[in-house]
Amino acid sequence: MKKVLIVDDEPNIVMSLEYTLKRNNFEVFIARDGSEALEILKTNIPDLVLLDIMMPEVDGYETLKRIRLEEKLNNTKVVFLSAKNKASDIEKGLALGAAKYITKPFSIKKIVSDINELLN
Amino acid sequence: MLFFIAFWAEKNAKSKWINNPIVYTLSLGVFCSAWTYYGSVGVAATEGATFLPTYLGPVIASPIFIMLLRKIMRISKHQRVASIADFISLRYGNNRFIGALVTVTCVIAILPYISLQLKAISETFEIITSGNVTVDNSGSIFSDSTFYIAVLLAVFATFFGTQTTDTTDKHIGIVASVAFESIIKLLFFLIIGVYVTYFVFDGTEDIYNQFSAIADIEKFTTFPDIYGGFNWFYMTVISFVAVFLLPRQFQMMVVENDRERYLKYAIWLFPLYLLLFNVFVIFIAWGGNVELGDTVNSEYYTLLLPLKNNNIVLSLLVFLGGFSAVISMVVVSTIALSTMLSNNVIIPYGYLEVFRNRDTERNNKYIKNIRRLAIFSLIVVAYLFYINFSKQLSLFSIGYISFVIVAQLAPSLFIGLYWNRGAARGVVAGIVAGLLVVFYTLILPVILDGILNINSFVSEGPFGITLFKPYAFLGIDFLNPIAHAFFWSMFFNIAAYLTFSLVGSGNYRERNYAEMFVRSSNYSDLQEGAYVWRGEAYISDIKRILERFLGSEKTERAFDLFYKKYDIPKDTVMADAKLINFSEKLLIGSIGSSSARILISNVVKEEPVSLAEVLQILEESKETIITNKFLKEKSAQLTVLTAELKNANEELIFQDKQKDEFLDTVAHELKTPITAIKASAEIVMDDDEMDNEIRLQFLNNIVEDSERLSRLIHNILDIEKLSTGREKLDIKECDISETIEKAIHFVTAEVNSKKVSIFNSTTAIKLKYDEDRLIQVFTNLLSNALKFVDENTGEIKVMLEAFPKHVLIYIEDNGKGIPKEDFNYIFDKFYQSKNQNTKKPQGSGFGLAICKHIVESHGGAIWAYENVEKGAKFVVKLPR
Repeated sequence: MKKVLIVDDEPNIVMSLEYTLKRNNFEVFIARDGSEALEILKTNIPDLVLLDIMMPEVDGYETLKRIRLEEKLNNTKVVFLSAKNKASDIEKGLALGAAKYITKPFSIKKIVSDINELLN
Repeated sequence: MLFFIAFWAEKNAKSKWINNPIVYTLSLGVFCSAWTYYGSVGVAATEGATFLPTYLGPVIASPIFIMLLRKIMRISKHQRVASIADFISLRYGNNRFIGALVTVTCVIAILPYISLQLKAISETFEIITSGNVTVDNSGSIFSDSTFYIAVLLAVFATFFGTQTTDTTDKHIGIVASVAFESIIKLLFFLIIGVYVTYFVFDGTEDIYNQFSAIADIEKFTTFPDIYGGFNWFYMTVISFVAVFLLPRQFQMMVVENDRERYLKYAIWLFPLYLLLFNVFVIFIAWGGNVELGDTVNSEYYTLLLPLKNNNIVLSLLVFLGGFSAVISMVVVSTIALSTMLSNNVIIPYGYLEVFRNRDTERNNKYIKNIRRLAIFSLIVVAYLFYINFSKQLSLFSIGYISFVIVAQLAPSLFIGLYWNRGAARGVVAGIVAGLLVVFYTLILPVILDGILNINSFVSEGPFGITLFKPYAFLGIDFLNPIAHAFFWSMFFNIAAYLTFSLVGSGNYRERNYAEMFVRSSNYSDLQEGAYVWRGEAYISDIKRILERFLGSEKTERAFDLFYKKYDIPKDTVMADAKLINFSEKLLIGSIGSSSARILISNVVKEEPVSLAEVLQILEESKETIITNKFLKEKSAQLTVLTAELKNANEELIFQDKQKDEFLDTVAHELKTPITAIKASAEIVMDDDEMDNEIRLQFLNNIVEDSERLSRLIHNILDIEKLSTGREKLDIKECDISETIEKAIHFVTAEVNSKKVSIFNSTTAIKLKYDEDRLIQVFTNLLSNALKFVDENTGEIKVMLEAFPKHVLIYIEDNGKGIPKEDFNYIFDKFYQSKNQNTKKPQGSGFGLAICKHIVESHGGAIWAYENVEKGAKFVVKLPR
């Protein structure tokens, strides 16, 4: 079973993602912000991280930077999920090593198919 | 013989035999008078090389000739200057008094000089005829041969010096004869030199050996000490200056100069001439000393040596050489002086009125007669001076006294040529001061000591004050009397000149001329140059004056030329500044600059650039200055404005950026509930097998997010309205306590569901405000408090404190409080605390920002207390 970590501070969005991913046989972890996510990553190595950018405290960019410092997380793919849709933001996200940048509002079906594509 | 040459030259005036640089240079040889011819030898015999500075000066001066003389010549030709007095007075605004002063100075200087020449003639004549040096003068004037010689000279000078009235016309006859005499005196002097050196003795070495056997040769060939050097220096400077200023030199160099390019030859030919003249001086002197000893007057060695050897012919030749030196000096000097006297003293101070109403013929005759009379009287006075004073003095000392006196003109001339601030009153002060010093340090002691035999003045000073000893003024005792007098007179002269020049500026006319002289290198500017001259006159008036002095024919011709040159119609009635200047210049030639100026100004309604006009010019420049100042101020204002604009621009950019950020945030905030709604709806739609409970949960989420969305939109519009000031407040007098009660009523449902308590202790107080808006504020603050307090134990207090000018309303809770790191941001837009109790944040992040806007638009303030022990404490301040 593939593991996915959802990092977002919006409970309703997290709930939708969590429900859908579980229905599609993923093991799901949830973090409400960057620091929580890094805490979880200390003990778990997910196959993929769905990462929001605009979060209090440690934002998405910062979280990704720290993930990339962890050698054991080398195979963990990171997908940004963000309302920020400016070209510069997307560029920045990809440059930091994200596998994909998905802008909000997203299609939940599309997210599932994208994740599957990335992990197979 | 001389008469013949003069005649011949006048007749062949155009001949190249006369108009050439050699003749010009030879005519400068007028510098070598009897003083040179006899005096040098005397000095060489008694003092050694001291005779040299007299000639070193002109030699050193010659390179400067080009520079100085060219300038002087150009100005002189252009302004039709006839003498040094004209030149100096013109420089200082055609000042009549300066012209007279310069003339008087020159007369004082030259009279003894002329008498010196007479003395030389008379004494040499005596030697030739009797072999005796001492002149017996006990008989009447008419038995004195000198008298007849003087008369002869006067006739010659009178005849050739006053051929025309226009003094700027050349005296070609005089020039030719002076040049001829220069050849004669040099030739004869060289002959006697060769004779003494190679015939009386066996060459230069023989003289040297014989002389050193009887005298201390060291004394004659070296400087005694450093002070000797000073003496040499000053003596050289004196003659350097004199070569420009002696009236006869000025006459020959400037007035009689035909072409400027002759100068190029003169600068090396003239020094050469002087050097040739001095080659044998030292040998004749030594030879004479060996042969004749100190028993006879050493000044006449040149005559006595051949006489002793019974060579009468040679003595005669020497005498003739000396005679011609005297003639040229006397003739040229008296012509120059008479011009100065008539143009600068006699006519302007006495006869001008007489001339105005006479015809040309009579005027010319009259002017000529004045000059003739002047020449005659000069020679006569010189003769009388000779009879009474000169006999006791040596040629050399009289010569130098003349030089020192004439040198007093130097500062005015030289400085004035290059310094445009030099002013007329400076000239007068300088010359007078210089002359007084010369009188005190040189002439007075000579009179007292040499003639009246009162020695105490020189040796002890006046009334025994040694500091004022005439030969050692202020203790400077190392210079010889001549150098000493020169040093001090120049010192006071220059000091007075500079001081008085700087004290104030002269009138416009003076400045006008100063400008012309100093800037004359820009020659074309000088063309009929009237700088600030303002005035007008009827041309007919000016013509009438000119005709009286020039004759109608010459006047017409001059005017025709002028009209053609400037393209002026012939029937012009009023003369302009150019024509007036031109006419004045024409007249200067006849009657001198001062007189010309007076005559012209009589018919010219000269507006002497009146005070009013000067003031106007000043006013204009003041205005310019004011405008300048104004511009400066404007410029400063602009700078300030630019800075303000820059700030505004930066502010705009900042605001723009803020707006961008705001919109970004708004978009983000709007997208978040939309994303949630979309995702939930998708799930509900696609998942048929979903539990009912979960389905309801998702549907509930959709409703919740929709509400959040609409709230968000409402708030965004609200804050936008408030922050741009477009919202009009509906101000009424209300009771604040009631308003708070209404706000509490809005949150009752929540209070009840959370089971917390609210205490309102406010008292009734009337204020003016928009009630709906304040209800919004208090509702906001209350629901914030509700968010952070715990269920059941939560407590919210509302209190009021009244002050004369304002009231304070406190909303206090016992909830989680404001995190320290957030304290500064709680009133910012989109701020949302993480510390909310609910799992899902409610609010839009606009609440406090809107509160702040509302309170501030009422003239109040809102803030939170820091460091509250438990919970949060907000204060709303409202004015009464």
